[in-house]
Amino acid sequence: MSGHIVPVKTYVGIFASLIALTLLTTGVAFVDLGRLNTVVALAIAVTKMLLVILFFMHVKYSPGLTRLVIIAGFFWLAILVAISLADELTRGWSPTPQPWSILISLLAPE
Amino acid sequence: MSTVVADLHHEAPSEASRVHYLNASYGIKSWLLTTDHKRIALLYLASITLMFFVGGTAAVLMRIHLIQPQGSLFEPGTFNKLFSAHGIVMVFFFLVPSIPATLGNFLVPMMVGARDLAFPRINLLSWYLYITGAAFALYAILSGGVDTGWTFYTPYSSTYANTHVIAAALGIFISGFSSILTGLNFIVTIHKMRAPGLTWFRMPLFLWSMYATSIIFILGTPVIAITLFLLGLEHILHVGIFDPRIGGDPLLFQHLFWFYSHPAVYIMILPGMGVVSELIPAFSRKRIFGYGFVAFSSMAIAVISFLVWGHHMFVTGQSIYAGLIFSVLSFLVAIPSAIKVFNWTATLYKGSISYQAPMLYALGFIGLFTMGGLTGLFLASLATDVHLNGTYFIVAHFHYIMVGGAVMAYLGGLHFWWPKITGRMYPDGWARFAALVIFVGFNLTFFPQFMLGYLGMPRRYAVYPEEFQVLNVMSSAGASILGIGYLIPLIYLFWSMRYGPVAGPNPWPAKGLEWETPSPPPTENFEHTPIVTEEAYDYANMHIPPSESQVSGETHG
Amino acid sequence: MADAAAPHPSGHAAAHPPGFAHQFEDMGQQHEAGSLGMWVFLVTEIMFFGGLFATYTIYRALYLPSFEIGSRLLNVKFGAVNTVILIGSSLTMALAIHAAQTGKRQATVVYLILTMILGAAFLFLKFNFEWTADYHEHVVPGFGFFVRPEWGAAGPHVPMFFCFYFFMTGLHALHMIIGFSILGVLTWMAHRGRFTPEYYAPLEISGLYWHFVDIVWIFLFPLLYLIGGRYALRGGG
Repeated sequence: MSGHIVPVKTYVGIFASLIALTLLTTGVAFVDLGRLNTVVALAIAVTKMLLVILFFMHVKYSPGLTRLVIIAGFFWLAILVAISLADELTRGWSPTPQPWSILISLLAPE
Repeated sequence: MSTVVADLHHEAPSEASRVHYLNASYGIKSWLLTTDHKRIALLYLASITLMFFVGGTAAVLMRIHLIQPQGSLFEPGTFNKLFSAHGIVMVFFFLVPSIPATLGNFLVPMMVGARDLAFPRINLLSWYLYITGAAFALYAILSGGVDTGWTFYTPYSSTYANTHVIAAALGIFISGFSSILTGLNFIVTIHKMRAPGLTWFRMPLFLWSMYATSIIFILGTPVIAITLFLLGLEHILHVGIFDPRIGGDPLLFQHLFWFYSHPAVYIMILPGMGVVSELIPAFSRKRIFGYGFVAFSSMAIAVISFLVWGHHMFVTGQSIYAGLIFSVLSFLVAIPSAIKVFNWTATLYKGSISYQAPMLYALGFIGLFTMGGLTGLFLASLATDVHLNGTYFIVAHFHYIMVGGAVMAYLGGLHFWWPKITGRMYPDGWARFAALVIFVGFNLTFFPQFMLGYLGMPRRYAVYPEEFQVLNVMSSAGASILGIGYLIPLIYLFWSMRYGPVAGPNPWPAKGLEWETPSPPPTENFEHTPIVTEEAYDYANMHIPPSESQVSGETHG
Repeated sequence: MADAAAPHPSGHAAAHPPGFAHQFEDMGQQHEAGSLGMWVFLVTEIMFFGGLFATYTIYRALYLPSFEIGSRLLNVKFGAVNTVILIGSSLTMALAIHAAQTGKRQATVVYLILTMILGAAFLFLKFNFEWTADYHEHVVPGFGFFVRPEWGAAGPHVPMFFCFYFFMTGLHALHMIIGFSILGVLTWMAHRGRFTPEYYAPLEISGLYWHFVDIVWIFLFPLLYLIGGRYALRGGG
């Protein structure tokens, strides 16, 4: 049965990178970057995730179907987040309906 | 012709001595510990049928109650428990598993030419999860019931309703994992275990619909699982993320709930469409028109179904802009369904049509599903939905699709594959009679409800104004006819298992790998792995030896 | 597995390697199917945790000051140490699979046990130190949560943050406990020599699950512990 054997050195190297990124993200949290804090934290988290997925979970050596499955999973989560967030954040945008009398008085010259 | 070296001629004379999946082993342990997908399908068939009649009983009780405007039988609180029980049981414990867990489990391995599904033990586990979930749900109903509706809206369900909410939610949660495992099994089987020569576009459309349904199982079910989990936690802890006191938004529950529950309705209809895509070619003796369109429509429905959930929330105070987006997308999702209806109709055109019971159900499906689907457009339109939401119009709309569509397709498929599953033929005369009774009863039950809803009668109400009584009585009369209609197949299908005429491998005859094995099939399905060399539904090239057609009343045009 | 008295299909000439399941044509197909199956299951886990991440995102957008207050009450040291522990356990898990692939039975067992130890350490730190401390500080919703007056206007929504903290880390911990049990079974199987360079699929598939649980934590750590800044307080909150 074919299974790609990843060398131990690679695993250790990825491990070291993950630890470094952990220290980085913890350190950055103590620096005021305003809104960038969140962006940086998420970027680092995504990078760590990709390292785990590609190397520890062997996706780098896996068939394309595996990648499609993973992408589909995240895409669907994005649908849930995006549209629910769109509702929550735009609720206040609705114009308050005017009563008819006010509308008519606006239209009819006095 | 597909070159299957299969055992085609062990028919009636040596039937008693032939070993197949039903007699390969005896005893209750051989059934309760089986990993044979065919036996598991039958286990599901039995439990799903039971749940159908539990949910149906609740419906009958409600319809009897609604004969009188002031309600004749139940207190409003009890009525609330009845419609909740009806919804919970019918949605989660009947419709969602129905075709996938029975016909899907039985047919998917056979249609791909495999010996079993990818993970037979997980298949058995999924059945045990299903009946565990069903047990919790039945317990919740029998120990006092929940009155939240099957939609469990917060904060009523999280803060104010009785504690049976937890039992009901737990039952649904557990059975959700049953669905997930079934979907997982189907996806892996279809991807990895297709027989040599069976390319994606040679697969029967039933497999496409099982695949699309499984995608929804995988991506949607976990969301309702976490939602019910959070609901249960909030009920127990008296605090949670839907609690307005700490800033919780009840609408968020609805977003999470409907993110699954809208695709869930496509879980309920896609398999039915897959069955119809098998029945129409078989009983028109003609290949399906527009195979590619039908296959892609199944996938399109699965994908777009995840983008429209907010149309259940148009009048809840959701953002109007979100409502606009959901409305447009809801119109879009109708298109692939309509494409399928056009393709089925085009298949019928100039076909050699015969009217056995499965075909009657398939034709009924096309008409009733179309009506249900078109009325969905009324509801997708924001302005009309404001008027129609919360009325019987909605009830009629989804029953046309769920009952007029999904249940009829289920019955049609059950009849079509019955000889393969049991090795016996059912009495087609009785079957056609039952199909007509069901059709008449169904329309008499639910068409008046469109009118009631349009006139303004709210749903989930135990009482109503006098002027609606005539339509309600019509609906209740129809319900009793429908109930009788469902009992008739129960009787003759059971009867046929022992006394029906023995069926050969391909009594219709129809195209498909499942018809190239004996009826009932051996445990391993095929003596040798089939090799597929032709397209699906190649009815034009079908050779029908006279001895093979064992069904009375079949006409060849 | 099949309850079959049916004749063995004669076209099926391949030998039966250990662990071969009869519904497949060969070990290659079985391995691919198992792998795909676990990935499909992990997608369901993405959506399962995803519901929590989605609601977290929404409430954080609505109540950021409250979330910042809550986050600052968490102990970053424990969070960071736990992150390192979990990443370490992913390494040992990957090394366990590597050992099986190269036929080293003892090493496989050792690495699996190490993975379990690290997982247990994670849970110990979380439950024994973090959660216990939170309980004593009255920041557990539903268990005597005390809204401090110095939180001001953002105070009433701080319990919302802690709901997410406990629900998300709790669900994560539950998955770790399940993973721990699976590791126990695998260790026993490895000890009995059930894995060979040809057959180690259960290790690989369970490894996928374990790494997934690690990934969830990789996101939980910044989203729960590192928001709101640990620098000098900005105005408000």
